[in-house]
Amino acid sequence: MTPLVLTSFTGVNALGRGSAAVLEALTAARTGLVPCTFEKVQLETWVGEVAGLDDLRVCERLAEFDCRNNRLAELTLEQDGFAARVAQARAKYGPRRIAVILGTSTSGILETEHAYRQRDPQTGALPASYRFATTHNLYASTDFVRRYLGLEGPAAMISTACSSSAKVFASAWRLIAQGLCDAAVVGGVDSLCRNTLYGFASLDLVGRDACRPCDAQRGGISIGEAAGFALLERPEQAASHSGVALLGYGESSDAYHMSTPHPEGAGAALAMRRALDCAALAPPAIDYINMHGTASLVNDSMEDKAISTVFGTDTACSSTKGWTGHALGAAGITEALISALCIQHGLMPGCLNTRAIDPSFTSKVLLTNHSGAVRRVLSNSFGFGGSNCSLIFGAHP
Amino acid sequence: MIEAWIEGVGIFAPGLVGWEQATGVLAGRQAYAPSEPPKLAPALLPADVRRRTTEHIRLAVEVASEAVRHAQVDAAALWSVFATSESDGAISHNICEEVAKEIPEVSPTRFHNSVTNAPAGYWCMAVQSQAPSTSLSGFDASVGVGLIEAGVQVAAEKCRVLLVAHDSPFPEPLHSARPMSALFGTALVLAPARSAHSLARIAVVIEPALRALSRLPDAGLDGLRTGNPAARVLPLLAALARRESAELFLPYVHSQALRVTLEPV
Repeated sequence: MTPLVLTSFTGVNALGRGSAAVLEALTAARTGLVPCTFEKVQLETWVGEVAGLDDLRVCERLAEFDCRNNRLAELTLEQDGFAARVAQARAKYGPRRIAVILGTSTSGILETEHAYRQRDPQTGALPASYRFATTHNLYASTDFVRRYLGLEGPAAMISTACSSSAKVFASAWRLIAQGLCDAAVVGGVDSLCRNTLYGFASLDLVGRDACRPCDAQRGGISIGEAAGFALLERPEQAASHSGVALLGYGESSDAYHMSTPHPEGAGAALAMRRALDCAALAPPAIDYINMHGTASLVNDSMEDKAISTVFGTDTACSSTKGWTGHALGAAGITEALISALCIQHGLMPGCLNTRAIDPSFTSKVLLTNHSGAVRRVLSNSFGFGGSNCSLIFGAHP
Repeated sequence: MIEAWIEGVGIFAPGLVGWEQATGVLAGRQAYAPSEPPKLAPALLPADVRRRTTEHIRLAVEVASEAVRHAQVDAAALWSVFATSESDGAISHNICEEVAKEIPEVSPTRFHNSVTNAPAGYWCMAVQSQAPSTSLSGFDASVGVGLIEAGVQVAAEKCRVLLVAHDSPFPEPLHSARPMSALFGTALVLAPARSAHSLARIAVVIEPALRALSRLPDAGLDGLRTGNPAARVLPLLAALARRESAELFLPYVHSQALRVTLEPV
């Protein structure tokens, strides 16, 4: 496929606000995970919480959109000069020529959780202050971001569980290739809520400690929250860019089970192969694989098998969820941002918190950070329902 | 502009049960008589799987199955796009009710069924498809957003795409916050080129100016159209049922519209 450059990108997650904070924590091997004290949740687990969201409000003109998810979206849009860079693109192409394609799993459902604790004892009605369309509705954060940035091009909220904000890159590439827009804001937002904390706990997937991806003793996921955005343009049209381009994408379905991936990683391997084919690259062209690596028993095991099947045993790989936690619908964009930072700064992160790699694994899992030239990164995102997406990013002159 | 060839249709709603029956109603040959639709029991889901699913999931699988049968295509080879405004309202309600308690006990099956792409997951398992599948929302314009995504996939990937649009009403108290009059599901098989099974060619553009949206002449049907986000596509289905060339305006996000030109084969 024809590469698209990431003109600008940014993210906010448990590591902090913006690319510099994320890079600094990655380099210093400092986790963003903390014991869970969110919303009086009584679960013994760790989370990747974004500090300060309770004290924020969305901008006055979009006040009806105020909720944790949209606060996180707005906070993120203002990092790394992202909104200002989009404003330049808007002036150049016009608002109708820029798409907004985002991903989420639970949108602003936390507002509904709050409202359900304040139901009228007689009628069961939700409080009068409750707003649905601008908070809980799946599309709410795309609507918010589109209005915040003043964009009027094609729009969608993709919701395919934990692959949501990876698949946005594929959708945006197709829209640009078909001429429906000249540029696209892609990304995702997912914020902590009791739905996902208690939901994943019900499936015995939540770890008691900070997650340890690929560890022999891994005990489950640490749920995180995050937002991230990237502006995609054709290289010849971008006046300046980040030096990183989207080179390929691969999507697949497991067709195996709703909440358990195929044990041999058949769907995951298919997504990786499709991404390589899409980018017209052979496996050795990939320097580093940013794994989905949730630290659940089955995910890491099947992903190791899938990577070994497609790449053999010499391609460096690791999961960065020991830093950020699993940001669910925002995992794809968070790890796209980390992949871009790895390319810009010649970094291959290890698996933070991991003590000993599962002895059954055959892929080359990194335990500690390595530095060196990183020209191309493949980033994996796999979700419930068997939704898989692999992305390839590369250095672009 | 994007173009695609419609090869198969599925539909399920009160008074519109299957494309054959719905054709008569949508073409104006029979009166629209909404009544409680039959219990959804798509044959593609084995009984033990069906028991673990919800009405929202069964609705998607039912209309998808019908469209694929109608198009006579290999279901496993189809890419798919599932458009829904609200995901599974009954599950959202149930889990929000549970997590409002101090010590919640969320059902694991209900939780994994709560992801927006649960219907897509069950569909892919039922037909053993490893093809890409995308679930998405655009609030009241979800079906328009889905039509753009599916149409762009058809053009960019040169593949057949199954577009499913389905929404089912919330129980109270969320029903008051996001009312829907009835459940509605539809599916279209879209192809990149004309084939022996083509029913019509559609061309879709996002309109630059505000447009009056297409309506249906029958008040009851038009009430269904405005009462459920997925049903906003009914004017397109009515044109298809009438086998007439048509220029239609369907809702897109932020009060924009899609101009859909339909030419029957």
